[in-house]
Amino acid sequence: METTTKNNGQVSERPIAIQLKNITKAFGTKVVANKNVTMDIRKGEILSVLGENGCGKTTLMNMLAGIYYPDSGEIFINGEPVSISSPKDAFEHKIGMVHQHFKLVDVFTAAENITLGLNEKYNKKEIRAKVLAMKERYGFNIDPDKKIYDMSVSEKQTVEIMKVLYRGADFLILDEPTAVLTPQETQKLFSVIRKMRDDGKSIIIITHKLHEVLAISDRVTILRKGEYIDTIATKDANEQILTEMMVGKKIELNIDRTDPVNAEDRLIVENVSYTNHEGRKILDSVSFTARSGEILGIAGISGSGQRELLEAIAGLQKIDTGDILYIDPDTKETIDLRSKTPLQIRDLGVRLSFVPEDRLGMGLVGNMDIIDNMMLRSYDKGSSMFLDRKAPSDLADNVISGLEVVTPSSHTQVRRLSGGNVQKVLVGREISSSPKVLMAAYPVRGLDINSSYLIYNLLNKQKVSGAAVLFVGEDLDVLVALCDRIVVINSGRITGIVDGRTTTKEEVGLLMTKTDN
Amino acid sequence: MVNVITSAVLFSAVFLYGCLGEILTEKSGHLNLGIPGIMCMGTAGGAYGVTIVMNAADAAGAEPSYILLLLAALAFGFLFGAAAAAIYGFFTITLRCNQNISGLALTTLGSGLAQFVMNGITDDGIQKTNLSRASRILSKSLPFANDLGWFGQLFLSYGVLVYIAIVVAIIMGIVLKRTRLGLHLRAVGENPATADAVGINVTAYKYGAVTIGGGIAGLGGMFYLLDSTKGSFENSSTIEGFGWLCIALVIFVLWKPNVSILGSILFGLLFLLGYLLGISEPITQNLFKMLPYVVTIIVLIVLSIIDTRENQPPQALGLPYFREER
Repeated sequence: METTTKNNGQVSERPIAIQLKNITKAFGTKVVANKNVTMDIRKGEILSVLGENGCGKTTLMNMLAGIYYPDSGEIFINGEPVSISSPKDAFEHKIGMVHQHFKLVDVFTAAENITLGLNEKYNKKEIRAKVLAMKERYGFNIDPDKKIYDMSVSEKQTVEIMKVLYRGADFLILDEPTAVLTPQETQKLFSVIRKMRDDGKSIIIITHKLHEVLAISDRVTILRKGEYIDTIATKDANEQILTEMMVGKKIELNIDRTDPVNAEDRLIVENVSYTNHEGRKILDSVSFTARSGEILGIAGISGSGQRELLEAIAGLQKIDTGDILYIDPDTKETIDLRSKTPLQIRDLGVRLSFVPEDRLGMGLVGNMDIIDNMMLRSYDKGSSMFLDRKAPSDLADNVISGLEVVTPSSHTQVRRLSGGNVQKVLVGREISSSPKVLMAAYPVRGLDINSSYLIYNLLNKQKVSGAAVLFVGEDLDVLVALCDRIVVINSGRITGIVDGRTTTKEEVGLLMTKTDN
Repeated sequence: MVNVITSAVLFSAVFLYGCLGEILTEKSGHLNLGIPGIMCMGTAGGAYGVTIVMNAADAAGAEPSYILLLLAALAFGFLFGAAAAAIYGFFTITLRCNQNISGLALTTLGSGLAQFVMNGITDDGIQKTNLSRASRILSKSLPFANDLGWFGQLFLSYGVLVYIAIVVAIIMGIVLKRTRLGLHLRAVGENPATADAVGINVTAYKYGAVTIGGGIAGLGGMFYLLDSTKGSFENSSTIEGFGWLCIALVIFVLWKPNVSILGSILFGLLFLLGYLLGISEPITQNLFKMLPYVVTIIVLIVLSIIDTRENQPPQALGLPYFREER
């Protein structure tokens, strides 16, 4: 590590602003989120806090923001020991945090949200002037009178950042700020962040996206399993080094993309349109073909109709017009899926694993254990009037060992598992039936790098064994690296179908936000 | 026609107080199904308050003072209601119990307790007469009502408690909509985590809204006894019934205090429609009494069809809030 300290150069000369000393925080008796963490944040720097899921990044930062209170340890600001026991205390110490799940009141305007909780007089003119001044200074794009529920994700994030700046924060903590943004929006955010740094503010970014760490930060602090590992200057880091520090062992970061073998049409979607009860067109003449032995990516801003599309194929969503045809690999027969029930479609080998934002919302029952959740797919099997528990129990054990699910036993309630493990159970169950068509929506949502690659490998295995895989993803880098072809969907319309081997994420990003009709 | 409206208003103020109390409570994210019980407690409180004043006046051999009676009725009606609501608050805010169950339990407790207190008062013949004497004093119409023809009849012929209800409604509307206090309270009800993260004291706002809301609802029960029914008390189940109507009214007026002034008059009219049309068979009368519920259901249907983000209940209504929840 000698090189690191030498090369820190100009960054390490910046004065230390916040210092955390031996911070420990536990939830209950079993889960220790942070153990003896000691780190510092310098004035006028961009610091990335990097780590896998559940390594305690967010918990640690929540203690700076006054959401949690440390069990032991000390926090120093400019050398003075401080106690931050509420968000109010945090603001008094000029610390502001933008949470991953936005903390905004939907029915309030931007201005009302920005000034919420302040005791100054509610003077619209003055607030507007202040908001406009901030807009000029950092290059925001915001209408102070717009209601939150009318805003896009990136606008909401802007409101969150302005909320923190309005309170005069000098330290901004951003929790996974790019998770929901398109590449273009991310670039915009980064330019805002750089301007804030040049303005003398310290910015802490919590993330597990390595390329963003390298692109934006001055230093990187790595946490693993709740413990502090190291801090290095970004210019001395690369993806390989960071991954190893994060995971604690060498892992292969390449996605192995084999060429499709014997690709034949498996699923044909033709001119599918769907208008919801509010009269909004959710799907607009969507047509594409999914082939066996191929991963077809579906890219788009979240909420562009991906969910409805997959549900329509699975028979869960009625469509207004169009055809969904399935070609049986054995008989070569063309089957109209629109005339089938969801159960019949499942029996044909069309499987859907959808991971919604709250991860549990679809497909798993949180209060039931892993075995019972496996049984949700086989309860109608068998001829006895009693349930067969043996097969699901074996399947649960297989999934647990095969996918490295971290759980005390197969009798553990699913909601007690961490997010990544819940997803493994869900994806594992759907894959176990050797599907002919596998639809995986956001299977790595919020997963750390290690688990993500495990899932990518699983999808690849399905592809090699001849399944047609539909993969809805958020991370464009992965889409471009994993998929053979990518369908880009924008407000329910397909704006392009590109070849995964030749396209770039910029091209996909542009198609995602293309507005001309 | 004028008579129809004036008699509707006599009941509508019961609805208005109860509805305002529940609006304030719900704005903090708490669905208080204990409002019927709280209103019963308000009845007992009002009766207790005026009984003290009347007894003191009798002991001194003087006529009871109007101001003292008014203050006692208001203070005790409010206090009994607020105290009952504070019990609900302790369970749902501090202990984070299920709001529906706590509320329903409070309704049972409140109506029983109120019945107990009222029996204690009305079992004594003198005190029973005192209640109606006090009520006659309190429901005295404004002095120049009779000189102004239909206008005076329509707008000035009520006891001062009706006007206090309207003033409370207007003030609550302004506070909720135009002040920081109201903005913060609405934020707590919409999204307590957000409010907490910007340094609003969520617990304090919740306790404040729940207890003051309970106090205001208590005034509704007090008004029913000392104005609508002129001091005669049968049993608390009538008041309980009004309490449920108040909760329905909150939805009907879309959580808007100023709309609730008109909404409560409409509910009063609908509730009395059977009597006003001169229908005497009890079955038909009871059918008419269902009307307020029917219109509430219609409003709910219309709302769910329109599906706007405005005019919806506070987002966190009914959900307990715990900062360190993961």
